[in-house]
Amino acid sequence: MHIIDSGNVAAATGVKLSRAQVIAAYPITPQTPLTEKLSEFVESEELDAQYIPVESEHSAMAVCIAASTAGTRTFTATSANGLLYMNEQLHWAVGARLPIVMCVANRGIGAPWTVWNDQQDTIAQRDVGWIQIYANDHQQIIDSVIKAFRLAQTVSIPVMVCYDGYLLSHTYMPFDRPDQEKVDGFLPPFKAKNFLDPENPGNFNPVTLPDVRPGQDGTIKPGYIEIRHRLQMDLRASLEVYQEIDADYKKDFGRGGHPFVEEYKCDDADFVAVCIGSLSYHLRDVIDAMREDGIPIGVMGVQMYRPFPDEAIVQALGGKKHVIVFEKALSYGNQGALYADIKSALYNAADRPTIQNFILGLGGREIKTEQLLAVLREACANPGTAEDTPRWVGLKL
Amino acid sequence: MEKKTTIVNLTEEEFVYPGNRACSGCGLSIIYKIGLKALGKNTILVVPPSCLTVLQGLYPVSTTKLPVVNVTFASTGAAATGVRGAMKALQKEGINVVAWAGDGGTGDIGIQALSGACERGEDIIYICYDNEAYMNTGVQRSGTTPQGVLTTTTPIKGKLQQKKDVPAIIAAHGIGYVATASAAYPLDLYDKVKKATTLPGPKYIHVHSPCPPGWSFESRYTIKIGKLAIQTGLFDLYEIEDGRFQLTGASKKLMGKERKPVTDYFATQGRFKSLDKDLVAKVQAQIDAKWANY
Repeated sequence: MHIIDSGNVAAATGVKLSRAQVIAAYPITPQTPLTEKLSEFVESEELDAQYIPVESEHSAMAVCIAASTAGTRTFTATSANGLLYMNEQLHWAVGARLPIVMCVANRGIGAPWTVWNDQQDTIAQRDVGWIQIYANDHQQIIDSVIKAFRLAQTVSIPVMVCYDGYLLSHTYMPFDRPDQEKVDGFLPPFKAKNFLDPENPGNFNPVTLPDVRPGQDGTIKPGYIEIRHRLQMDLRASLEVYQEIDADYKKDFGRGGHPFVEEYKCDDADFVAVCIGSLSYHLRDVIDAMREDGIPIGVMGVQMYRPFPDEAIVQALGGKKHVIVFEKALSYGNQGALYADIKSALYNAADRPTIQNFILGLGGREIKTEQLLAVLREACANPGTAEDTPRWVGLKL
Repeated sequence: MEKKTTIVNLTEEEFVYPGNRACSGCGLSIIYKIGLKALGKNTILVVPPSCLTVLQGLYPVSTTKLPVVNVTFASTGAAATGVRGAMKALQKEGINVVAWAGDGGTGDIGIQALSGACERGEDIIYICYDNEAYMNTGVQRSGTTPQGVLTTTTPIKGKLQQKKDVPAIIAAHGIGYVATASAAYPLDLYDKVKKATTLPGPKYIHVHSPCPPGWSFESRYTIKIGKLAIQTGLFDLYEIEDGRFQLTGASKKLMGKERKPVTDYFATQGRFKSLDKDLVAKVQAQIDAKWANY
């Protein structure tokens, strides 16, 4: 059924359709309406779940960690400093291999305080081991949430579904709300293999030694490094798993087919603009305008950032003339993280494009279409002169 | 009051394997063994970093015969909330959800999550074993270290500040059951834990837990020193049930009787070596004033 509502409500609706069982959240702008909507769903008994209004984000993730360890489907959501306050818990959740799903309405990080959109919050969490999926519009938010629950429980790794604060969280757009019955068919109930059970007691997350060690039955149990190695292997393997899940979703709901990168007019393009999130749709207007001037350019939105879909990136960008990476985040003291990752992926590509990096929109600075147009026109006119240092768009120095 | 448990009718069922990694004479080792007997099989434990993490053993060996989830330091109260939330979602009834943490994990780094859980009225039992310093990291001062005590972060003058009254802070949340207990009176602890399993909402039990290496005494004196803390009136055994305060057990028996001087307690432990006369007199006066109000 098609409805018109906000991105936060799209996310909440996805959570409801996914039948989350334990939800804990602490309000933070711009995630707050998502939290409010979920409490409403639970209180009105539209959703049969425990809604736990915790006193902090650290505790929100603690509830999810414990409730997930006890064998339930769990959800939380946050933004910016709330996400950072969870940081040790993010590591804990993935180390404990828990299928938690979390939405992040992307927001800039203080200090100084900002409530507006950029993506520094989630990009800064790229190394914790969570899977990161980015939605470009409301439809992708609701679809991604449903897919995320299935991915998380298939690979036993938590998943972040990220979308731009305000630009998506607070704007109203039409989107299709999938039928509950079909979602139930797509997403089976969560059945944990091991969980907190007095009938079958286990000790979860105990101190683990640097080296392997025999258990009481004589079999060799992994040390810390083996457990971490398994996580890395499973994260890499989850690329293929997500591709299958996305294909299934397309079969059931007719949407998807671009789990890793979403390309627009890239097939015959010499130039490709790359970014994460709603900016990739914004850039389509710019691409269309430049195409009218005969410039062969396309845009590619990166939809899964961790695990990094390097093969899909190489496939999409190998053989292009020039790649322009726009980022609403920065690995401070170095370059945009996405830019560095794409460069790394392309290092061994046979036909490597030149590449450059633009930083923009931090702390909600408006990104104007004419600015993007000017930047891309210049970049396409002089691709060989690109510097490796990121350039900043729209600075008023 | 229901019949008191004695060594004769105490259950023989054990939930802690022998040979755990606790130090010899560990107060926690006593209360863990007794507390789990009182909790019984249908229990899920939530444990933050503490000596209990060490006591439990190193993967893949485990000391406890009950399900345990180890959680991050500051998150215990919230993690217990999550376990209870899952039990509700799964409609599993009759399971004790029990957080078990040290004094630092409870009154310092963990107090926010615990306060949140108490305010929300979560159906959990929270047991704090108070060995009065950060023992697991090697005896650093905590909010619950008494004034004057030598620790590795108050190495010369002793701690300048007073001990934080954590049970009083928890009681201020208006929860239905707050109790104190001592490793030196394990059966009193047993009955309090047992009672907690029958009550709704948050239950908090604060257990005084002597620590031979941290307090600097010989491991054979754990019970003696634990008892002295009660007999001098320094640490009191009590219950606050639905807001009603009453002394219990050995503390109740002290009412109207002469208490031992607190110097008897101080003299047994190396950690009080730097106490001066003025501070000793002040502590004795505080104890006397407190008891004058009982």
